[in-house]
Amino acid sequence: MTRQSDTTATGGLTRRGFLKGAVASAASLVIGVQLPGKAWAEDGVAPAASAFAPNAFVRIDPDSIVTVIVKHIEFGQGPVTGLSTLVAEELDADWLQMRAELAPADASKYSNKLFGLQGTGGSTAMASSYEPMRKAGAAARAVLVQAAADRWGVDPREITITRGTLTDAAGAHKASFGDLVADASKLEVPSDPQLKSPDDFHLIGTQVGKLDTPEKSNGKQIFTLDHYPDDMVVATILHPPQFGATVKSVDDSATRAVKGVIGVKTVPAGVAVYAENTHAALKGRKALKVDWDSSGAETRSSQQMERDYSKATKKPGLDARNDGDVEKALNSADTVLEAEYFFPFLAHAPMETLDAVIQFKGGQVTARMGSQIQTVDRGAIAQVFGVDQGKVMLYTEYAGGSFGRRAQPGGEFATEAAQVAKALGSDRPVKLMWTRENDIQGGRYRPLALYRVRGALDKDGKVVAWDQQIAVQSFMKGTAFESAMVKDGIDSTAVGGSAELPYAIPNLRVGQHLMENGVPTLWWRSVEHTHNAYVNETFLDELFERAGTDPVEGRLALLGNEHPRHSGVLKKVAEMAKEAGDVPEGRQRGVAVHKSFGSYVAEIAEVSEGAGGEPRVHRMWCAVDCGVPVNPDVIRAQMEGGMGYGIGAVLYDAISLSDGGYVEQSNFDRYRAIRIHEMPDIEVEVIRSTEPPTGVGEPGTPPSGPAIANAWRRLTGKSVHRLPLVPITA
Amino acid sequence: MAIRFELNGKEVSADVEPDTPLLWVLRDHFWLTGTKFGCGIAQCGACTVHLNGLTRRSCITPISRVEGGTVTTIEGISGEEARAIQDAWVALDVPQCGFCQSGQVMSATALLREIPKPTDENIDQAMAGNICRCATYVRIRKAIHRASDSLEG
Ligand code: FES
Ligand code: FES
Repeated sequence: MTRQSDTTATGGLTRRGFLKGAVASAASLVIGVQLPGKAWAEDGVAPAASAFAPNAFVRIDPDSIVTVIVKHIEFGQGPVTGLSTLVAEELDADWLQMRAELAPADASKYSNKLFGLQGTGGSTAMASSYEPMRKAGAAARAVLVQAAADRWGVDPREITITRGTLTDAAGAHKASFGDLVADASKLEVPSDPQLKSPDDFHLIGTQVGKLDTPEKSNGKQIFTLDHYPDDMVVATILHPPQFGATVKSVDDSATRAVKGVIGVKTVPAGVAVYAENTHAALKGRKALKVDWDSSGAETRSSQQMERDYSKATKKPGLDARNDGDVEKALNSADTVLEAEYFFPFLAHAPMETLDAVIQFKGGQVTARMGSQIQTVDRGAIAQVFGVDQGKVMLYTEYAGGSFGRRAQPGGEFATEAAQVAKALGSDRPVKLMWTRENDIQGGRYRPLALYRVRGALDKDGKVVAWDQQIAVQSFMKGTAFESAMVKDGIDSTAVGGSAELPYAIPNLRVGQHLMENGVPTLWWRSVEHTHNAYVNETFLDELFERAGTDPVEGRLALLGNEHPRHSGVLKKVAEMAKEAGDVPEGRQRGVAVHKSFGSYVAEIAEVSEGAGGEPRVHRMWCAVDCGVPVNPDVIRAQMEGGMGYGIGAVLYDAISLSDGGYVEQSNFDRYRAIRIHEMPDIEVEVIRSTEPPTGVGEPGTPPSGPAIANAWRRLTGKSVHRLPLVPITA
Repeated sequence: MAIRFELNGKEVSADVEPDTPLLWVLRDHFWLTGTKFGCGIAQCGACTVHLNGLTRRSCITPISRVEGGTVTTIEGISGEEARAIQDAWVALDVPQCGFCQSGQVMSATALLREIPKPTDENIDQAMAGNICRCATYVRIRKAIHRASDSLEG
C-alpha cells in the first residue's frame, strides 16, 4: 500500500501530526488545579511533571489560544464544549479563542471525582467537573491578572478582563492572554482561587456553539477508525456464534488465498484475520471455516430465558424496599391489577463500531481507541502485553457514539484488541475493526428483564399497594464497580429508579431476583432506568385509568410536597402540551416522569396509529431540570437524542436468541434503528435551576418509552407489557 | 489492475482488486476518511458519496463500477448548496458524535440540488436512508429547511 499525498483533502501528513497526541508549543502557560504549585511553561508534550499532579489542565499559548484538556471521552454528549465553557467563564475568555483536547489515560491526573478512576459514565462529566474546571479557569485568570499588575505597576484589583483582553482601570494599558504567557509562567498559581458568583456568569447558561461542530460537519473530525499510521495492518475478527463457545479448529486455507491477507490467528475471542487493507481483511474473514466448541456456551433461547425469569418472579425476591404490608393490602383491596412485563436484550449499536489501533514496539505500547474507562482499558492492555501500565500510552479518541457500549468495567474490548495486536507477533500497528455483525451479535446488551407487578386501589380509587418483582441479570458482579454498585446484595443497576419510587404509596415492595445468564450484558443508555421507569410509569398510568384519575393530577397528588423537582417538570410539560392546543382527532397523549442521574425529566408523547398499524409518534414535549443549565442548547440536544434513542428502542428494537443460543439479528436490516421519518417533533424546556448541574446524556431516555406506551394504550385500549411495541418480524 | 476515475476534481487511479468497495478505496487507498463505515450492507448511509452527481452507498459499490466515473466525497464537496447545508449544520449544532454526519451532509446536499425547497415529506424521503444513532433528526430537518431558506434570499 502506498500512501497518496496528492489527494485533495485529508492526507497522511496531517494524520501523522495528529498521531503525536496532545502537544503544547514552547512557552505556553499550563495551569493545573487543586494542588498548589508553580505555573510553568512546558516545551513539547503535555504536562508530565509529577510534582504538579493536577487533575485538569488549561493551556494558554502565546497566540492567546486557550486549550482545555478534557479528561472525558467525547461521543456527542458535549463534555468538550461543556467543560470548556466552565473554564472560559471563569477566565473571562472570548469563546472564539477556546479549543479542547482529549487527555491521554493517566488516572493520577484525570480521575473522575465521582469514580476514583478515569472514566466517563452515568452522565457524570459535568457533575464531577463543575467545580474543578471552574477553578482551573479562575486560577489561570488570577495568574494572568497578577502578571499584568506586575508589568503595569497597578493593583491587581484594578484589572478587568473582557472577552480575553486585560485592561487597567485608567485605560492606560491593554494586553491579550498571549502577551502575558511568559510572565505568568513564572508566577505561583493560587490553589483556591475566588470563583465568580453565578449572577456574573456570561457564558454558563447561554448558548455557545459546540467546539467540535465544524469538523463534524465537514468530515475532518478524526475517529479511531480514521487513523492510518505508517505500515498499519487491518484486522477483522470472527466471534463464536454462541456466547461462551470457543474455537475447536480452523480451516484458513481459503482465507490465506485472499490477496492482501497476511495472517490468521486464533485468539481467546475468536479468529483474527490480518490484511494489508480492510477489503482483504473482510473477504478473508468471510472465507474462514471454523469448528466451534459449544460445550460451555449459553444455549437457551430468549423465550426459554423468559420462562425461567417468569417462574422466578412468582415468589418474592430480595427486598430492595418494603414499606407497610403489601400482601395484606393487596388481599384486602377493592381492585387489584396484575401484569407481567418483558424487556428484550438490546444492543447499543453506536454508529462507529468498536475499534482500536494498537502498536507494540520497543517494549512500549501505543493504543488509540474510544476508551470510556481509561484506567481499566489501560490496565487491560498492559496485562496482555505483560508490561507496566507506564509503558502503555493510551490515547482517548473521539468516538462515534457509545450509549454505554464503550464503558466496559472488565476492559473486554481493550483486551481483545490487545490480544489481536499481540498475536500477529509484529511491531506493525494493528487496527482491529469490528463489523456491524460483530457489534449486533457481540453481546454486552441491555439485560433481558422480566417484571411481575401488582397494584391495588381502594374504593376511592387511591393507590394503596404496589408490588414489583424484578428479574434481571447483574452485570456488576465480579467487576471493579461491584462494591460501589451492589450493597447488601441489592444491585442498584437492577433496581434503581424503582427502589426510590417517589410516589406516596403506603404499602410498597420492590423485590430483586438476580438471574444467571451466559449472555454478557452491560449498561445501556440510562442503565436500569429504561426498564424501571417503563414499568413504573405505565403501570401507574393503568391504575389511574382504572380509577378515573387524571394522569398528571394523579401523579402530582402522589408526589405531594416531598418531590418539588419531579412536580416542577411535570407541571411544566403539561403546560407545554396544553399550549400546543387540543389533541387532534385520531391521536392520544401519554405522560411520564422520571428522575435519573440526578436529573428530573417529564415527557408527553402524542401518538396515532400509522401505516401497517404501527404507532406513529408525532410530537413530544420534554421538561428537564438538571440543575444549573451550563449550556441549554447542549441539554436540549441531549434530550432530543436521548428521546430518539428511547423511542427507537421501545418501538422497534430487540435482540432475540433462537434455540441453541444464536442471535437472530446481525445488522441494521433486522435490528431496526429509528430513522428520520419516524422521529417526532420535539420541544424541550430547560428549567432555570440553581442546583448543582447533573447529567444530561441519559435522563432524556427513560420517560420516552412509557409516555408513548401510555398514549398508545389510551388510543387503542391495548396495554404494552411486552417490548418492542412493533413486534419483530423474523 | 489500475482503475481510473475522477475523485474530488482530480484524475486518479487506484491499483486495487476490482471487487473492492469504493468505500475502502477512498479510505484505505486515498485516506479520505470523512466517508465512514457503519454497516457494509447499504442500510445506514454513513458511507454516502456522490457518484456522477447522485448519492451512492460506497460500501456496496465495487470500484470496477466506478471506472471512468466522477466521485465526490465530503472532503471535495462544494457549491452553494453544500455550503448552505454545512453552514446550517454549524448554526444549529446538528452533530453529536458526528460519525454519521458526512453521510447526512452528502444526502442533504444532493436533496437541495434536486429540490431547492423541500417539504418535510421530501426530507423524509431523501434522508430516510441515513441512520443517526444519536438521533439528531430534529436538527437535521431544521437545518435542511434553514439551508434552503438561506439560498432563496
Ligand atoms: S456503510 Fe454503507 S450504508 Fe452503511
Ligand atoms: S451524530 Fe452520532 S450517529 Fe449521527
